[in-house]
Amino acid sequence: MSKNKIVLEVKGLTKQFPGVLANDNINFDLHKAEIHALLGENGAGKSTLMNLIYGLHNADKGEILVNGKTAAIESPKDSIALGIGMVHQHFMLIPVFTVAENVMLGDETVKNGSLDRTAVAARINEISKQYSLDVDPNAIVGSLPVGIQQRVEIVKTLYRNAEIVILDEPTAVLTPQEADDLFRIMRDLTARGVSIIFITHKLKEVLAVADRITVMRAGRVVDTVVPAKTDSAQLANMMVGRQVILTVPKKDRKANGEILKVENVSVRDQRDLETVHNVSFSVFGGEVFGIAGVQGNGQTELSEALTGLRTPTGGKVTIAGKDLTGKSPRIITESGLAHIPEDRQRHGLVLNYSVVDNMALCDYYHAPFSQRGVLQPDALDKNARKLIKEYDVRTPSPFVSAGNLSGGNQQKVIIARELSRDVKLVIANQPTRGLDVGSIEYIHTEIIKMRDRGVAVLLISAELDEIMALSDRIAVMYRGQIVAIVETKKTTREQLGLWMAGVHAERK
Amino acid sequence: MPSEKQSNSRVNQILRSALDASLIPFLAIVTAVVLGGIIILSVGGNPLLAYSGMLEGSLGSKKALSETAVWASPYIFAGLAVALAFKGGLFNIGAEGQLAVGAVFSALIGYALPGWLGFEIPAFIHVTLAILIGMITGGIWAGIVGALKAYTGGHEVINTIMMNYIALNTTSFLLNGVMKDHSPTNASARTPLIAEGARLPVMFEGLRIHWGFVLALLVAFLIWWILNKTTLGFEIRTVGLNPDAAKYAGINVKRTIIITMMLSGMLAGLAGAIEVTGLNYRHELGFSIGYGYDAIAIALLGKSHPLGIVLASLLFAIMRNGATRMQFLTQLPVDLISMLQALILLFVAADAIVRYIYRIKAKGERVVLTRGWGG
Repeated sequence: MSKNKIVLEVKGLTKQFPGVLANDNINFDLHKAEIHALLGENGAGKSTLMNLIYGLHNADKGEILVNGKTAAIESPKDSIALGIGMVHQHFMLIPVFTVAENVMLGDETVKNGSLDRTAVAARINEISKQYSLDVDPNAIVGSLPVGIQQRVEIVKTLYRNAEIVILDEPTAVLTPQEADDLFRIMRDLTARGVSIIFITHKLKEVLAVADRITVMRAGRVVDTVVPAKTDSAQLANMMVGRQVILTVPKKDRKANGEILKVENVSVRDQRDLETVHNVSFSVFGGEVFGIAGVQGNGQTELSEALTGLRTPTGGKVTIAGKDLTGKSPRIITESGLAHIPEDRQRHGLVLNYSVVDNMALCDYYHAPFSQRGVLQPDALDKNARKLIKEYDVRTPSPFVSAGNLSGGNQQKVIIARELSRDVKLVIANQPTRGLDVGSIEYIHTEIIKMRDRGVAVLLISAELDEIMALSDRIAVMYRGQIVAIVETKKTTREQLGLWMAGVHAERK
Repeated sequence: MPSEKQSNSRVNQILRSALDASLIPFLAIVTAVVLGGIIILSVGGNPLLAYSGMLEGSLGSKKALSETAVWASPYIFAGLAVALAFKGGLFNIGAEGQLAVGAVFSALIGYALPGWLGFEIPAFIHVTLAILIGMITGGIWAGIVGALKAYTGGHEVINTIMMNYIALNTTSFLLNGVMKDHSPTNASARTPLIAEGARLPVMFEGLRIHWGFVLALLVAFLIWWILNKTTLGFEIRTVGLNPDAAKYAGINVKRTIIITMMLSGMLAGLAGAIEVTGLNYRHELGFSIGYGYDAIAIALLGKSHPLGIVLASLLFAIMRNGATRMQFLTQLPVDLISMLQALILLFVAADAIVRYIYRIKAKGERVVLTRGWGG
């Protein structure tokens, strides 16, 4: 397969951003009908490289060749004309429009002065059939599941006759099953001559689906390898530049008293739909209790109800023997909760605030940070400097605003703030979402440290691997209910996957 | 990789951000002045003469300086009112109404209280009372809007505008009715003069500048201190920047919204009370037309920073006060000043124009005015 003709070649591409050399003399090529994975941590320069190829940025140096000819790509218009299509991580779709309307957007087919929906729909059906994409051109995009929306994005590129498709972190938003579907579609595409650049930071996916793998680090290409001659450990080392522990080792569980007790809790979401029904479980000191489940099965509302961000409509929440049902976040925090929220930028941080202020976001109001209602800058500074050092937060200064830090370091600020307190319970919701291998390793280690110290940890994650690696016991959430609670040792990935998909046959 | 060249010291950081923040307003003013000059030229005027006339009229003599300070005082209070609300993520368009409420009650205490009590109140207590009542009533007026926002989600922009109508029309009703000065010589809608004891002393004999100006500067400092150095200020700013994170951090968001709105209204009420006790010695219909709206402009130009508010208020005061002299020297209409103000604001609000003209790259943060309806 690798003897195929080269459809896209990049030579010595260099792009300088203020303060960062985002792409440093990049060489890269894409063969016809191959899946070429581009692997790297956040900030390694993958997206910059793709934006250069797609014409969203212009390179300082170097050239791009399409089908052997030098291509002057100055805007996406040029790259689309050259048969390059891109599916962005965040979809560029208008939810209230139909599939057909979204697909023709920017390239509208007009008949007698009005949109020719029939012709477009026919074309979409044709593409859909050819690549077995199964997309209905008349469906409203907003009503479609995320996996199908992504296919609409793929249809959009094919509709514009793309022969090279760039997929930017396409699996970040998908369930394991949807991801498998996507991989099948990717193979169908290559079987019909489409070439794919697949951007990701997930090692397993790369090994499963790619024909060749190019690893990037700090703006440079480290190497290009074939999956048969490499493994996860080697790829991780190439990505991070040092030995990485993919699975944090942990001692046997020494569970002690019951810390969190959830009894028959029900929660309604903002649309007033009951998204959590009658959920009961307990978490003990010294264990990690994982809640697995495909996103959107009530995990968000459950964790909001436990942390005080949302009032449960029924049931009882007890932390360390204290009834805290429907109490305010402050009262719950003061009772010994550390909360690593699902959305770190929305709940966990004030991005415009300095690291100093963010480090005290939950403790600013009491001594030593504040005395008689007046903030104590010295105490705040000291606290921040200590935590930055202890938790290895990479920031040029404590006074830099949190918004300027990388995702991993933003999460470290939250971890430092929450775990440095004297807590009895940690609720961590998607603690490593969107982070690179190095940061994931770090955060997993910190979570296990808390567990070994006797703290109860409730871990909510859509990443099954993360749940399996960290948890002592696992609960599976499906449509707002806990459908199973098992010991990690006594279950398998497949079994959990079935429960997550709603197959209850072996429910215990 | 974040660049290592970034400064590490707090002082540098503060200086840098101050410089960044003042750059756009400064360039906006320069651009507006140049453009204003071109307009003056095009109608056959002499821009240099016009501008020097404006400066002479506002800064050229003791009396000019005093009048500029008189203009600046209500601007500073009302500008701070709007800016404080901005910091808390609220858009207080109601400074005009809160100011009127403060002025009415301040005047009422000033002229009627001795009669109700049946004895003269010691001067110091009377004036303090008049100012405090004006401040508190303004705060309550705005606090209603805050409570509506916190408990029903009613948007403060709509509700402050509605409260303006109520305040201004009620004021008109009162000034034409029960509160009207019934002395035989009076035909206009105004209260009787307030008692001697309810008046702020003048600073210099023969000039109108009063202690309200000094108070405005002190209050500006106080607001800066509250916002940046106290836990209350931390809560207000956190709710303003990220209400979700504020809730997560255990801050009572509803309570903070109400407090922010009340403080904002108190500042606007103070603007009204000071005009009554320091300058007019009564409340007269129409004295304040526009202060509350100019305050929005001042808060924007001053980037919601108390020092910025003071400087922007002085600039507005210079323009307003210098207009007469400018008109006298050049025969240009005073409306030109309004146009100049509008141009400055246009460039501050649409900072992309200024950035484009001077080739300045946008930097991260933008002023968050509102978060949309029902937000």
